[in-house]
Amino acid sequence: MTTRFFGAPVKRNEDRKLLTGQGLFIDDVQLPGMLHVAFLRSQVAHARLRGIDASAALKCPGVVAVYTAADFGAYWQPGPVLVPPPPIAGIVFNPRTQVPLVKDKVRHVGEPIAIVVAENRYLAEDALDEIVVDLEPLPAVVDLEQALQADAATVHDDLGGNVASHVHQAKGDYAGAAAKAALVVKRRFHYEHGISSPIETRGVVAQWNARSEQMTIWDTTQAPVFVRNGLASILGLGERQVRVIAPFVGGGFGPKIMMFYPEEVALPWIAMRLNRPVKWIEDRLEHFFATTHERGQIHDAEIALARDGRILGVKDVFLHDTGAYNPYGLTVPINSQCTLLGPYVIPAYDSTFTAVFTNLPIVTPYRGAGRQHGVFVIERLLDLAAHELGIDPAEIRRRNLIPPVAFPYKNEIIYQDFKPLEYDSGNYEPVLDKALTAIGYHDFIRYEQPKLRAEGRRVGIAVACYVEGTGIGPYEGAKIQVQTNGKVSVATGIGTQGQGHFTSFAQIVADALGVDVTEVDIVTGDTDQFYWGAGTFASRGAVVAGNAVSEAAHAVRKKALKLASDVFECAEDDLVVADGKISITGIPEKFIRLGELAQRANPMRGAVTPGTEPGLESTQYFGPASGSTANGVHATIVEVDPLTFDLKILRYVVVHDCGTVINPLILEGQIHGGVAQGIGNAFYEKLCFDGQGQLMNASLADYLLPTALEVPRMELDHTVTPSPLNSLGIKGAGEAGAIPVGPLIAQAIEDALELKRQKIELLEIPLSPSRLFELIRKAAT
Amino acid sequence: MPPDVHDIELSVNGAAHRRRGVESRMLLSDFLRHELSLAGTHVGCEHGVCGACTVLLDGLPVRSCLMLAVQASGRELTTVEGLASGSELHPIQKAMHEHHGLQCGYCTPGILMTMAAFLKDNPVPSEEEVREALSGNLCRCTGYQNIVDAMLDAARAMRTTAP
Repeated sequence: MTTRFFGAPVKRNEDRKLLTGQGLFIDDVQLPGMLHVAFLRSQVAHARLRGIDASAALKCPGVVAVYTAADFGAYWQPGPVLVPPPPIAGIVFNPRTQVPLVKDKVRHVGEPIAIVVAENRYLAEDALDEIVVDLEPLPAVVDLEQALQADAATVHDDLGGNVASHVHQAKGDYAGAAAKAALVVKRRFHYEHGISSPIETRGVVAQWNARSEQMTIWDTTQAPVFVRNGLASILGLGERQVRVIAPFVGGGFGPKIMMFYPEEVALPWIAMRLNRPVKWIEDRLEHFFATTHERGQIHDAEIALARDGRILGVKDVFLHDTGAYNPYGLTVPINSQCTLLGPYVIPAYDSTFTAVFTNLPIVTPYRGAGRQHGVFVIERLLDLAAHELGIDPAEIRRRNLIPPVAFPYKNEIIYQDFKPLEYDSGNYEPVLDKALTAIGYHDFIRYEQPKLRAEGRRVGIAVACYVEGTGIGPYEGAKIQVQTNGKVSVATGIGTQGQGHFTSFAQIVADALGVDVTEVDIVTGDTDQFYWGAGTFASRGAVVAGNAVSEAAHAVRKKALKLASDVFECAEDDLVVADGKISITGIPEKFIRLGELAQRANPMRGAVTPGTEPGLESTQYFGPASGSTANGVHATIVEVDPLTFDLKILRYVVVHDCGTVINPLILEGQIHGGVAQGIGNAFYEKLCFDGQGQLMNASLADYLLPTALEVPRMELDHTVTPSPLNSLGIKGAGEAGAIPVGPLIAQAIEDALELKRQKIELLEIPLSPSRLFELIRKAAT
Repeated sequence: MPPDVHDIELSVNGAAHRRRGVESRMLLSDFLRHELSLAGTHVGCEHGVCGACTVLLDGLPVRSCLMLAVQASGRELTTVEGLASGSELHPIQKAMHEHHGLQCGYCTPGILMTMAAFLKDNPVPSEEEVREALSGNLCRCTGYQNIVDAMLDAARAMRTTAP
């Protein structure tokens, strides 16, 4: 079989629609008789709800209905626990999930209290002003450490404290390792992640058809099948009565997964109650509170090393802010805990975390999903240790890399997919070498940096390594059908938010069936088109759905060959599949088109032979035994303005290994976007809460997403170590760009400003010009 | 108090539109999307930062979320739907496809309109100038690099095809 498309930089099938304004996004769904929904949201973080008077709102022009928690009756239920706790001994997990509308207590700013349904959104928002809410303010739980004090207010009163979960995992003997260490470095690290802030906010449209008793929900979800199943259950409908469509989704990055957000639960209920279609589109202000965040952790971590820089062990105790509810279970802190181990041999590891409820918006995975926090800790510990031991930062990393012979490498502790953490394959040192060569590491340090410093320029270099757990189960599926016009239709259950599935999956199919990539139409995110699946998250779309697509394509190829061999009365081995037809080897004029074969596979007369199926189609599933582990190295050269502390990234290199590459163009795009978000996280984006749990910078004018002026040109390179866990050999790449940027930027700034001379260590993310100024001024006084 | 309403006449992508009784407070972005069903113009922030809703007003880029529909009465607008000539894509649309300059595609219409106006005024831009012009449009997916390359390429294409 030729591979014309797999591995090639094929330009995207979906672009034309998107470039001409013809892609269907959630707010483009227009239905006859549609009403518009606005939510009244709490302006305080913590309060008891004493009463609501919505009578004046009901009298407002254009208002059709106003609902509060009381109206929901038995429909009012806390949301599901999306991910159960992993099988870890001694685990403490106190699930408290979000509610559709506040009933008795407000737990974060932006929590919805009441709903107005009106003829248009303007009128709905007018009426929100007329709802009178009586709240008794309570002290807000904001600071992670204070939240655990005995006298702290409690987010969930029935818990008697603010512990959401507590997990200890260990391998080897850390105490023994520390006892024989030449050096132990111990520090406290603060790492804050931010808000994913896709340019399209969330939205839901729900339509109930009372005649057919069918519910259709358009939803900006990354996991339409999960949402269909969950909403069917919540609504008391059969799963076949609910269709969820995730249309083009304008960026997801995690928080659009499958939250059963209050709006997702409320809209279908309203549509049934009013028997009219309803729409809600989140505005940007709402997005800052109503869509989940990722946020902070505080790590007290130590590393024990031999004199030569080899790691003997790591101990880490950390607090994790989970916000007001924890529907996503332990995924984010477990990722932090596991990913801290990185690409290094760490014989002893002792890690404990406590997830803490706060009166802040909910924390769930956002691109990287806690991996950044762990990578920051280990990478900074290595930098500190390298300095103490007089070893070059790149060299200390090299000495600790897992050698290629050690794969599959068992890290023993339990990962987010409930399996013991095991790296499937890897060859780490060449990745480091390529990155160092590309950035000109040694020459920069030896020649360029001294020269530039002599000119008064504050330039610094840095290198950081990471692994990325990708491609976890449970499974995905794909249904492939050759249509009688010769076009190939592919349906899969995952959603798409820009990852290029319409092209990368088409490439896999095009090669298997010998058609052009533009002849393959992909459908994602419509539960009526494909019934089963999990969703697009954890860098798993290409790995899991991609392999299902491959298996289904090969099953269809097999069927086509069998049919053609019957037609030509020849052996299948004598047939060639190419250019949309099957021909006899050496006799190209003797051919049959795939569309015609599809027609023959669905005959008008005669019998379909027992044991066969009609149609040139197949549905196949793929579930990996465990996740595959990608890896990479980022390197950078930065310049810092010594007066303003403004950061300029002069060079940025990424060398990455995600196994076999389906489409290098799309892969590069994923890395570029990840790095841009990483740079935002490292130096520009900070969610600034005050002591009352108010977000002080809830606008895009104040919460600074990087622009084309902050994101530098990136130089990319790859190595390929195929995954043995799937037949295509691929690993995920969605989060790789974002993961190591924090420690990289911290290391580079330290070097640029020669902060070690002033005994200043950058142990926190995000940094910013003003934060650098504060840290340096504090050290000077 | 009855709402303050206006009759609006304007031209969008060369076609005349007339709507009676449009409320003063209706945003131009909402008017285009929901009254005229030109949903290619996207709304990202409604406070003028993200640039997704950028359209051309008498040839100049404006944020349609920061304008009222009534302010556009009597003016000529171009939206993303008006960029291609029939099935022939505009050079910046072609270049965005060639360079993988879009992922989710949500910010793309605003970027196309901003850069179409920019390249018309600056046919030979440097990379720095492209980045500066692009910096008023937020993209969360691409890291901008491929968009920058697409625009430099489009500028070249527009120079060679210009009459």
